[in-house]
Amino acid sequence: MAATEDVPAFFKNMGSGSPKPRQKFCGMFCPVEGSGDSKTLDFDALSASGRSVTPGGRVIEKQGDISRPKVEIRHTTGKEALQNIHDKSDRLLIKGAKIVNDDQSFCADIYMEDGLIKQIGENLIVPGGVKTIDAHGRMLLPGGIDVHTRFQMPDRGMTAADDFYQGTRAALAGGTTMIIDHVVPEPGASLLSAFEQWRQWADSKSCCDYSLHVDITEWHKGIQEEMEALIKDHGVNSFLVYLAYKDIFQLTDSQVYEVFSTIRDLGAIAQVHAENGDIIAEEQQRILSLGITGPEGHVLSRPEEVEAEAVNRSVTIANQTNCPLYITKVMSRSAADVIAMARKKGTVVYGEPITASLGTDGSHYWSKNWAKAAAFVTSPPLSPDPMTPDYLNSLLSCGDLQVTGSAHCTFNTCQRAVGKDDFSLIPEGTNGTEERMSLIWDKCVVTGKMDENQFVAVTSTNAAKIFNLYPRKGRIAVGSDADLVLWDPDITKIISAKSHNSEVEYNIFEGMEVRGGPLVVISQGKIVLEEGTLHTTEGSGRFVARKPFPDYVYKRIKARSRLAELRGVPRGLYDGPVCEVSVTPKTLTPASSAKTSPAKQPSQPVRNLHQSGFSLSGAQVDDNIPRRNTQRIVAPPGGRANITSLG
Amino acid sequence: MSFQGKKNIPRLTSDRLIIKGGKIVNDDQSFYADVYIEDGVIKQIGENLIVPGGVKTVDAYGHIVIPGGIDVNTSLQAAHLGMNPADDFYHGTRAALAGGTTMIIDHVLPEPGSSLLAAYDQWRDIADRRSCCDYSLHMDITRWHEGLAEEVEALVKDKGVNSFLVFMAYKDKYQSSDSQIYEVFGVLRDMGAIAQVHAENGDIVEEEQKRILELGITGPEGHVLSHPEEVETEAVYRAITIAKQANCPLYITKVMSRQAADVIAKARKKGMVVYGEPITASLGMDGSHYWSKNWAKAAAFVMSPPLSQDPSTPDYLNSLLACGDLQVTGSAHSTFSTAQKAVGKDNFTLIPEGTNGIEERMSIIWDKAVATGKMDENEFVAVTSTNAAKLFNIYPRKGRIAVGSDADLVIWNTKETKTFSATTHNLTVELNIFEGMECRGYPVVVISQGRIVLEGGQLNVIEGSGRFVPRKAFPDFVYKRIKARSRMADARGVPRGNYDGPVHDVISVTKSVPSTPTTRGPQCPGKTVMAAGRNLHQSGFTLSGNQMDDHIPRRTAQRIVAPPGGRSNITSLS
Repeated sequence: MAATEDVPAFFKNMGSGSPKPRQKFCGMFCPVEGSGDSKTLDFDALSASGRSVTPGGRVIEKQGDISRPKVEIRHTTGKEALQNIHDKSDRLLIKGAKIVNDDQSFCADIYMEDGLIKQIGENLIVPGGVKTIDAHGRMLLPGGIDVHTRFQMPDRGMTAADDFYQGTRAALAGGTTMIIDHVVPEPGASLLSAFEQWRQWADSKSCCDYSLHVDITEWHKGIQEEMEALIKDHGVNSFLVYLAYKDIFQLTDSQVYEVFSTIRDLGAIAQVHAENGDIIAEEQQRILSLGITGPEGHVLSRPEEVEAEAVNRSVTIANQTNCPLYITKVMSRSAADVIAMARKKGTVVYGEPITASLGTDGSHYWSKNWAKAAAFVTSPPLSPDPMTPDYLNSLLSCGDLQVTGSAHCTFNTCQRAVGKDDFSLIPEGTNGTEERMSLIWDKCVVTGKMDENQFVAVTSTNAAKIFNLYPRKGRIAVGSDADLVLWDPDITKIISAKSHNSEVEYNIFEGMEVRGGPLVVISQGKIVLEEGTLHTTEGSGRFVARKPFPDYVYKRIKARSRLAELRGVPRGLYDGPVCEVSVTPKTLTPASSAKTSPAKQPSQPVRNLHQSGFSLSGAQVDDNIPRRNTQRIVAPPGGRANITSLG
Repeated sequence: MSFQGKKNIPRLTSDRLIIKGGKIVNDDQSFYADVYIEDGVIKQIGENLIVPGGVKTVDAYGHIVIPGGIDVNTSLQAAHLGMNPADDFYHGTRAALAGGTTMIIDHVLPEPGSSLLAAYDQWRDIADRRSCCDYSLHMDITRWHEGLAEEVEALVKDKGVNSFLVFMAYKDKYQSSDSQIYEVFGVLRDMGAIAQVHAENGDIVEEEQKRILELGITGPEGHVLSHPEEVETEAVYRAITIAKQANCPLYITKVMSRQAADVIAKARKKGMVVYGEPITASLGMDGSHYWSKNWAKAAAFVMSPPLSQDPSTPDYLNSLLACGDLQVTGSAHSTFSTAQKAVGKDNFTLIPEGTNGIEERMSIIWDKAVATGKMDENEFVAVTSTNAAKLFNIYPRKGRIAVGSDADLVIWNTKETKTFSATTHNLTVELNIFEGMECRGYPVVVISQGRIVLEGGQLNVIEGSGRFVPRKAFPDFVYKRIKARSRMADARGVPRGNYDGPVHDVISVTKSVPSTPTTRGPQCPGKTVMAAGRNLHQSGFTLSGNQMDDHIPRRTAQRIVAPPGGRSNITSLS
C-alpha cells in the first residue's frame, strides 16, 4: 500500500463514505496490533535527539495503567521541521488509532492539515515535520457536540458564571469540540440584534467552534421576518419556544402553532422547553403560601407530570403542523416515555437528555445545605426518582432519545442566593458541559447499555445530522473538520469543583467517579488538551453556519407534506331553508391574550369564528316582516329540495 | 294489566303501583321480586306483598326491571348564535322517557361574563315549566374570574349544583386558560364539587379551522378535519395533569375517540380520580358520514369533539365501558333542525353543534354491549344509571331499586328489536343520526315518579311534572379518596439555618415586562390586581433604599471567594 492516489477504490473510501458493516480488530482493514510500528517512518528513531528534549513534544505520563503503551506526541527536528516552523500545529498525524464512527470502528492512521482531515488509511505519505501522536490502538472519536449550552446567559442583570471562554474551555477539557448555545432575546428585543450580541460575545471569547439556537420569547409578524433572515443569511436553523416561564417567555398554544408552521415552511427545527407554565405559576404561589421557600419548593412546584403534559402538548401541535420537534432537557421518565411513544406513532420528534438528568437525581434539593440544594436548581428540575438517570440512559441507548446536551448554565452561590428567601427567584441552571462525555461513557458504555459507536452517535453524530452539520462535524472522514478526541476508556476521574474548569464553586456531580475520559483533544486541527493541560486560545472558535432543511429531519416531513393535502367533498349547493341568525354580536373578549401577534389584528374578524364573513348584510326584501328567533321551516316554499332530503 | 278492586280513579293509579313477576336488576345483583310503589317512592320489595286494594298491577313477566336511566349530559336549552335547540325541555325529556331514561342532568350555559345564578334561575324556570321527568343541572363556567367563586359557593351550598364544567375549547368564547382551570379546580375541590371538562385544545382547533377554510373546504368534513383526535387526547391529558396537581376529581364529558379513552384509562391505572363519559353518538356511530354527499346529513353529525373517523371506535369505547375504564354514559343531546344547521352551509365553523341520542342511549348500549356479551345486565344498570347517581350524589334516591328510592323504573324487553328512524322518534328534528339502526332491547313500560309514562308504545307525559333534584356536595363515591389524599399531600419544607453567605446584587433593570397574560383563553379580570405578586421575576425581593456601600461600583458577576467573616458553614462544600 503506497500513496493515497494509488490505492484501489475500496481503500480510498475507507472511513469516509457510506456506512459499512462494523469491523473491530478483524477483517482486512484491521492489522494485527502493533504490526504497523516498523512500517511507518519513525522520526524519533531517525533523529538524533531524544523525544524528551524535543521542543513541543511531550510524553503523556498521566496514565496509571502501564499495561498499554503510552500515547506519544512527537516532533521531529531537522529540516522538515523547519519548513513548518510557523504553523507546526497545523499538521498532525495520529498513528495506530482505532477510529470510531457511529457506524463502524476500524484501525487506521489519520492525517490532518489546516484544520481538516486529509487522509485516513495505513502507511500514509505525509510531509515531513509533522507532529505525530501515537495512539497505540486507543479510540479516536469525533469531538463531542454539546447541543445545549447557555454560557454567559443574562438573568436579571446577572450573567452566568461561565462565559464563552470558561465554558468552551471546560467543554474542550471534557472532549466536546463544538457547542450550540442559546440566544435568549429579551421579550420585545429584536432577534437579530440579540443574535449579533451573542455572536460578538462568542467570537471574542469562544475557544471551540460554536453555533447558535435562537429562542423565540414572544411572537409577532416582525419575529417571523427576522426568523427568515436568520435562517437565510445567518446560519441558524433551530428555534426554541417556551411553554413555561409564564408572563416572561411563555407562548400560547396558538402562538406555538404559528411558530411551528413558520419553522416548517422555513425548514428549521422547532425546539421546545416543555413545562406547563400556567400550572407552575399556580403551584409556586401555593408552595410559597405554605411557607416553603427553599430549593425543595422548586421541585415541588414543578412535578414530573407538568413536564410530561407539556411534551405531550407540543407533540400534538407538531403533529398538526407537520413540524419536526426537538424537546430540550428531558428530565423525567414520564416525559421520556411520551417522546418514545410519539416516535412509535411516527412523529418526527427528538429528545435531548442532559448531563444532569443522565448523571444525578433530584434528592439533593432536600439537602440541609442551602447552597448545595440551590446548585441543583434547573428547569425542568431533576427528578426526585432515583431510577431516572438509569432509565434515561437506557432510552438513550435504545434510540428513543437521540442527542445529549449539558444545558450548562451556571451561577455562583452568591448569585443563587438572590433566591434565598424565595425559591422562584433562584437563577436556574446546572453545570455539565465538561462532564457530559465521561459521564455518558461511564453510565452507558461501561455498563454495557451501548457500544462505542452508539456513544459517538449520541454525543456527536446525531446532533450533527439533526442540525445539518454532518459530515463536517460528527464524523471522522476525509474532508471533515479535524475535531477529534483520543479517548481512554480506562482512565478514572473523580469529578470535583476543585479540579473542574468551570467557574462555579459547586459541581453537582461532586465526588462522582467516572471511568473513561479524553487523553488528547484536537480542535480545528490543533491539540488543545494533552496530558491534562489545556492549550486553548480565547476567540479561536469559529461560528458554524447551519443550513435549513436538514435531510436527516426533513425527508420525512417533505414526504408527509405532499401526502397531507386535504380535500373537501364536492357537493351541490345547499338550497334548502336557512335559519336566520339573530345578529346579537357577542361583545368580543379582548382576544385570548395580550401577547397575541399584532399581525393578527387586521384579520381579527376572520379569526373570531362566530363573527366571520357570514352575514345577511344590506336591506332584504322581507325586512319589514318580523322574524322569530328560531324559525323552523317544515315545508319550504317550492317544496323540499332534493339535496336536503334524508340520505 | 289488571286492576285490583273496582275503583278506577286515575289519581290513584298514578300513586299506587305493583310490578309483578319481573327480575329486578341492580348494579350489584339481580333477583326476582315484586315492587310496590306509592307516592312516587318504592315502598316494598319482596314476594307476596300485602298491598292495599285498588292498586294497578304492571305485569313484568319475562322482562327485567331496572332503575330508570340517568342521562348525565344534555343541552336542551343551550342556545347557539341566538338559536334555541330544536328539542327543548319538553321534547327532550319526552324522548328521554320514551327511551327508558327517567332523569336528565342538563348543562346550564351562561353567556360569558354574565351571572351564573341568573343563568341558573333561567334554566330552573324553563325546566320547571317544561320538563316531563326529574332533572338536575350542571353549571358551565364560561369565563372564570375570582368573583365567580362566591357564585359557585352559593350554587353548591344553596342551589343543589355539585358539578361544574370548564371548556378547553371554543377559543375567545368559552375557553379557559390552564391557570384559570387550575383555579377553578382548586375552588371546586374545596367546595366538594366535581370538575367536568370539555376536552379539546381550542387553540389548535382554531388554527386548524383557519387553515382548512383557507384550503377552500367549507363543508361539514372540515369540522372533523379541524378537530383531529390528537387535539382531544391532548386536552384530556392536560386536564388530568391539572386535576392531579389540584387534587380535584375530574370528569371528562363526551369521550369520542379511542386515544382519549386510553388516556383516561391510563390515568385511572395511575390512581387518578377521573371519570369518562362516552355518549350515545360515540358508542353507536362513527364519523364516516361527515363525507356524505348529502349536506344536511353530514351536517347532522356535527358536534365537538367530532365522531371519530375510525370505524372501530364505537366497539372500543363499548369495551372500555364494559371493563370499567369508562363509567357513565350521556347523550350530549343537543339538536338543531336542518334549517338551523344550514346557517353554516358556507362555513362549517358556523354549523350549530350537537347530535341526538337522548332516546336511543339505553337501547344502543344494550345492543352494543350487553347483547354482544361485553357486559351483563348489572353492569348495564351501573353505566346507564347507578354510577351516575353515585358520582353526582343522588344515590340511592336514584340509580337503585330499593325501598325508599324514587319510583323511577323501567321494564326492559331484552329480546326484541326496534329500529330507529326520524319518522318514528319523539324528537322534532328531521334527521336521526342512528337512522335505520336496529337495536335489541327497549323499554316496554317506563315509570317516572311512580307514574306510568310509557306503556304499550304510548307516551303519557305531563309537561312540567319534572322536579328539580338538588345534589349535595362531597359525594362519598368521589371524595373519600380526595379527602384522604388532601391529608397526605402536605408538602413540607426543609428546616435549614438562614443562608448567611454573600448575596449577589440584582440590578433592578430587570425585565420590565408588563404582566402579560400568556395563556390560552381570556385573562381573569380578578387576577390583574395581584399581577405584581404573580410575575415571579418582579416580586417582593428588592434591595431598596440606600445601602452603606452604594458608592462602591460593583461588577455584575461578583464572585466572592472569601466573604468577610470567613466562609460560613452553611455555604461550604458538603
